Amino acid sequence: MDFISILSIFVLACFVGYYVVWSVTPALHTPLMAVTNAISSVIIVGALVAAAASGGGVRALTSSWLGLAAVTLASINIFGGFAVTARMLAMYKSKKKG
Amino acid sequence: MEHTVLPSWALLAYLASGVLFILALRGLSSPASSRTGNRYGMAGMGLAVVTTLLTNSPMVQVGLSVDGAMIYEPDIVASARIFAAIALGAMIGLTTARKIQMTAMPQLVAAFHSLVGLAAVLVGLAAYLNPAAFGILLPSGAINPDSRIEMGLGIAIGAITFSGSVIAFLKLNGNMSGAPILLPTRHLINLGTVMAILLLIARFTQDETTWVVATITVLSFAIGFLLIVPIGGADMPVVVSMLNSYSGWAAAAMGFTLHNTAMIITGALVGSSGAILSYIMCKAMNRSFISVIAGGFGAEAGAGSGEAREQRPWKRGSAEDAAFLLKEAESVIIIPGYGMAVAQAQHVLREMGELLKAGGVTVKYAIHPVAGRMPGHMNVLLAEANVPYDEVFELEDIQGEFAQCDVAFVIGANDVVNPAAKTDKSSPIYGMPVFDVEKAKTIMFIKRSMGGVGYAGVDNDVFYMDQTMMLLADAKKMVEDIVKALAH
Repeated sequence: MDFISILSIFVLACFVGYYVVWSVTPALHTPLMAVTNAISSVIIVGALVAAAASGGGVRALTSSWLGLAAVTLASINIFGGFAVTARMLAMYKSKKKG
Repeated sequence: MEHTVLPSWALLAYLASGVLFILALRGLSSPASSRTGNRYGMAGMGLAVVTTLLTNSPMVQVGLSVDGAMIYEPDIVASARIFAAIALGAMIGLTTARKIQMTAMPQLVAAFHSLVGLAAVLVGLAAYLNPAAFGILLPSGAINPDSRIEMGLGIAIGAITFSGSVIAFLKLNGNMSGAPILLPTRHLINLGTVMAILLLIARFTQDETTWVVATITVLSFAIGFLLIVPIGGADMPVVVSMLNSYSGWAAAAMGFTLHNTAMIITGALVGSSGAILSYIMCKAMNRSFISVIAGGFGAEAGAGSGEAREQRPWKRGSAEDAAFLLKEAESVIIIPGYGMAVAQAQHVLREMGELLKAGGVTVKYAIHPVAGRMPGHMNVLLAEANVPYDEVFELEDIQGEFAQCDVAFVIGANDVVNPAAKTDKSSPIYGMPVFDVEKAKTIMFIKRSMGGVGYAGVDNDVFYMDQTMMLLADAKKMVEDIVKALAH
């Protein structure tokens, strides 16, 4: 993909984000932060690429260990973020259900 | 330029995962659809991770074939390491998520932000050290200059997110004083550091030696620290939202480097989400984003109003008095604030609400956008205490009801009910939207002592009004006593 196509996706996604986030009810702003935090850990994709890379030399080796460390950090966030969001959302009950 | 060519199905999978993330946020438009939304989010993440694992499984060179091509085999050891890393993260993450107290949610979110930031820095550095793996190596052996800008920005934003979130965490968790810490020349230092980082990123496109990357990293860690240290505790909702936004932009920058749709869409979503939340918070305090970031709020303001405070008469009530009035009331509006979270009074407060409702009293909860230490903090605590969300109202929706309400019950809030925000132009909180509690027939104000003032450091006229009853005690203790008195 060339830079312009990527930029187009990015700009359009910013607009989608703008409208979607304004429609989030204020009561759910804390779960919103927790879940956005979880999904921003999609950076794990980059971490996995780095961790899986082969190649000789100190630089390549360091790179794969940095990737591995990033995989761990991002995993904490993914599992922790989604789990804590689920925990919070499970607490929101309406009057009718009791 | 040789870019890692991904099969079409992988590209489509990343796109699908981006769409699932959009649906995850869309679900949050109502509590009913939110749980499904969260599952879409998990599915999107699972899809992105599995796609990456399949298209990027570690390979090891085992020899050369007859025609001289290299022969690769799956590298079992490297794969095992990756799965171990994921499992370790999953264990830590799930344990934390299960054990964390709802009142500690702001700290947790700050801690999680710091991890995303650090992960972004590590991925950026990894890409710098092994550009071939990321497909950003030019035939000349140099890193593609476009990718260097993205990488530099990713590292810088990631590092700011990390160190800023660490400070935010320490302040929210009480390991560090919530009071703003001010260096005399901080604006100059901060501006200089930001300029230096930008210049270095520009230089990075020409010169890819290690010192440039290392200096960008170190300076960015420093600026994150310097930016957040002078910001006081109650401005943390803005800070946490801002760092939320940064973690998104960091992911987006890395997405540009990797040409990965899922990362770019997510980065844009999270970036806008955090930015919008910061905007909402600033608006609810009638402060500009710049003034929050400049920091120091609460420090100067406290000194000014302190000496001018004269002794004025006020009325103290007991739990029994409060219980009596509450029982006689037709409608009660409860206004919780950060003090409720500190005292962990949400459960007993719900109990009080239940008792009153059983006696025919209409009970509603009114939540200010900046109540607590993060957006929606109070809503989560009330939900935890089993308060149905249809009894909880936002500022605009309940403002008109104070005139008909018998009791406004303020628990752990202060600045958000201060009428000075409407009348006193010299007040530091002037212009901030506040609840019209003074229109209620009776105001009950739970406060630990008459000495303390709100975060903004301003006196509150509500304390001295004829219809105000001050209930001086720990919030939880006081509500427990009221519950006991009501049960009689």
